[in-house]
Amino acid sequence: MKRVALYAAAAGLVIFAGFPFYWMLITAFKQNRDLYVGASDLSHIPWIFNDPPTLEHVKLLFGQTDFPRWVLNTLVVVVAVVVITVAVAVPAGYSLARLVGRWGERMGMGIFFTYLIPPTLLFVPFSRLISLLHLQDSLGALILIYPTMTIPFCTWLVMGFLRSVPWEIEEQAMIDGYSRLAVILKVAPRLIVPGILTVVVFTFTLVLQEFVYALTFISSVDKMTVSLGVPIALVRGDVYHWGALMAAALFTSIPLAIVYSAFMDRFIQGFTMGAVKG
Amino acid sequence: MTHRRRFADREDLLGAVMLAPALGYVILLVGVPFVFAILLSFSNATAGSLSFGWTGLGNYAAILGDPIFLRALRNSVVVTVGSQVLVVVLATAAAQVFRATFRGKRFARFVLLLPWAVPVSLAAIAWTWIFDSTFSVINWTLKAAGLLHGWLYWLGDPALALLAIIIVQAWRIFPFATVIVLAGLSSIPQEIVEAAIVDGAGFWRRLFQVELPLLLPVVAVAVLFGVVYTATDLGVVYILTGGGPANTTHVLPTLAFQRGILGADLGQGAAIAVFLLPFLIVVAIGMLRLAHRTEVGGAR
Amino acid sequence: MAGIEVRSLRKHFGDLHAVDGVDLSIRDGEFLVLLGSSGSGKTTLLRMIAGLERPTSGEIHIGDLRVDGDVPPRARGIAMVFQSYALYPHRTVFQNIAFPLEASRVPKRQIEEKVRWAAEMFSITRYLDRYPRQLSGGERQRVALCRALVRDPKVFLLDEPLANLDAKLRNTARDDLKRFQRQIQTTTVYVTHDQVEAMGLGDRIVVMERGKVRQVGTPQQVYEHPVDTFVATFVGQPPMNLLDAGDPSLPPRTLTGFRPEHFLPKSVFGSGEDLRTFRFAVRRVEYLGSDRYVYGSVAGSDASAPAPTIIAKLPATIAMAIPEGETHEFAVPRHALRYFDADTGLSREV
Repeated sequence: MKRVALYAAAAGLVIFAGFPFYWMLITAFKQNRDLYVGASDLSHIPWIFNDPPTLEHVKLLFGQTDFPRWVLNTLVVVVAVVVITVAVAVPAGYSLARLVGRWGERMGMGIFFTYLIPPTLLFVPFSRLISLLHLQDSLGALILIYPTMTIPFCTWLVMGFLRSVPWEIEEQAMIDGYSRLAVILKVAPRLIVPGILTVVVFTFTLVLQEFVYALTFISSVDKMTVSLGVPIALVRGDVYHWGALMAAALFTSIPLAIVYSAFMDRFIQGFTMGAVKG
Repeated sequence: MTHRRRFADREDLLGAVMLAPALGYVILLVGVPFVFAILLSFSNATAGSLSFGWTGLGNYAAILGDPIFLRALRNSVVVTVGSQVLVVVLATAAAQVFRATFRGKRFARFVLLLPWAVPVSLAAIAWTWIFDSTFSVINWTLKAAGLLHGWLYWLGDPALALLAIIIVQAWRIFPFATVIVLAGLSSIPQEIVEAAIVDGAGFWRRLFQVELPLLLPVVAVAVLFGVVYTATDLGVVYILTGGGPANTTHVLPTLAFQRGILGADLGQGAAIAVFLLPFLIVVAIGMLRLAHRTEVGGAR
Repeated sequence: MAGIEVRSLRKHFGDLHAVDGVDLSIRDGEFLVLLGSSGSGKTTLLRMIAGLERPTSGEIHIGDLRVDGDVPPRARGIAMVFQSYALYPHRTVFQNIAFPLEASRVPKRQIEEKVRWAAEMFSITRYLDRYPRQLSGGERQRVALCRALVRDPKVFLLDEPLANLDAKLRNTARDDLKRFQRQIQTTTVYVTHDQVEAMGLGDRIVVMERGKVRQVGTPQQVYEHPVDTFVATFVGQPPMNLLDAGDPSLPPRTLTGFRPEHFLPKSVFGSGEDLRTFRFAVRRVEYLGSDRYVYGSVAGSDASAPAPTIIAKLPATIAMAIPEGETHEFAVPRHALRYFDADTGLSREV
């Protein structure tokens, strides 16, 4: 009896979480005449393929829209922001964890809290800053602004990660004759590779997901990122091409989901700040 | 003979140098704009020119007298609280389910993570399609199940649209909360649960009197993050309803965007966004309390 | 009050036989100690009696009730004290002790009385309003015992409850525990890896190794008449000396065993005693205050194998000098010698 309730609950939750994706999948590959049937028509079942699936939406997406361009733009931004974030946050996290002592913890927390300041408050002053720098409607604006979101959290991630790496290894190296700088450059990197990896993954996912700043700073369709272009610009006149839209959503979601599954535990550690032991 | 410490050994200098870029970035590009945002709220600055003129509390007076703003404020609270309540219920249930082992668990876990992984804007556009007035698959399913006799114009009706927003927010946040609660559950020492079993407590008594109280710090963290993500979110509302119909489903972020960016009235945009600060201050205090509590050894 | 019967009990975790066919008869009111190192199965056995693990096969009877099926812990009339004490951190001491009573829906007034009664028995009345994190290890242990006591169980199950205490505290805690058990006379099953504790506490000791029972007996029986080499070397500190003495009067493949406290300089013994003499090459002497431990090796055994280290334990009352690096004449009274089969390890009469 308990087993049945368990499976029922699991099924319910999975269906609730997953049906939009199933819907995305179906919509992306349904022929238009199978798709655009009024929902009040009960004789037509929308949940299945009534006509054979088609690739026309996918072809439209990749052939006749700016989607490929958006993917490229997104990649450019991702790479640039990842580089900046790793270069800035990793040393900062190391410094706070190892070199700065007691008030390092406080400062680390302070930096972490800036992560909580929402884009929807900062976009107002940012828009002025961006126009001052003549970066409006350019990817440069995003490359400049995104690190304000990634650096605080990633610094915290690296700090937290280093707390679990025993510092005896580095101390041993210093006893063996390395200077602190040499330890940083030679010994530490190998130890914090997993932490750096988490930073890269987090930054990657954040850039892919970000919408508010992209909406605020980018107006030309050919400069858009995927997250912005798909909901805003895949429209012809007043018509939403739902098939192509859902295909785009699907193709973007899947790699992200895979990445997330693999790295979930690390993120959670960062989020819970040790409120959860171990 | 005192050995003059070379730079490579000066840990304090090294520390400062390594920290400087991050600190600089955060101060210059977060701290300063933050202060500037507050200042802007007291100005009549517009996006067109680079002007800046003081208006004192003019903007605040204006928005507090604006019914659209008041509605947006109310909506922000309703959406945040409503979705978080839903999230707590869903996450607790999901955490209980995922403690057990069952066939297909890995697949279930993967699917459960999807709402959190997918970009907000893409999820929002998918849900827009799901709630579409003519083609809504939800309406079809409800009608086919005999549960719906009229029609639900989800995004066209103010109350329904707000409900839709709450559903979408809960949908995208509960996986995150579930993972956190699960981590919390596994940190409860096994022996305490066993002691409760031996002491004679049944499933429900154990859940409510032993496990949930010990989970409180963890659940609080999940709720705190959930509040931040929901209250400050622009994407879901912007894409689902754009604040409509007729400005009835605006929340503070979308209204700030509409007035401040689209309407180029930076002053008013800033003032509206400033009202988000209470949410955030509550969160910050909450988290500081929690961190302090675990240091003192709250639930050891 | 009830005895416990365990018959042919097994617990398998996949290929691992944690408990591998155990038969045990625990008498009503006795203090029985399960002694073994980690992996011996002692904790698994205890948990099966408690109902926290399901046996793979076999029977368990608590009093008249057969419990190896689906009988949940709360229906078995048992109370358990865990190694970590497992106190509820978010409840006061009073609420901790009251919890099992609340679970049985005892009326509030009675709960009050019972909790105070139990608290008095362990002298922790003044802690009733405190939280576990405010108490020391010893105090927490007493709270855990109170919580167990308050259920009026038929059987107490204790899983290494003294392991987390300071060494100094352990002696007094041991004494308190034993006096307490004598007073309430409830059947107690106690798990430990510490053989000093086992000897001091148990009415009977069950020595376990790798899921099997090696020997059951009083401390005296187990110490003086170990049933195999495992028990002989596990119980007793320092362990019993075992060697192939090269004695032609013994059957081949026989090990001779004697405890360090019986291995003394020959001159200490009286002239009429029946002794077995050894030439003891002394390597090192440790002065430990009340005793001296003398480490060395004995000649006359199998020359090809490395000589086992033999230990002698001299009380401080034997004050003669034992210079290191020299060979001395040591002896063991014949009645203190034990013999074991070198291949099976079992004891044998000679």
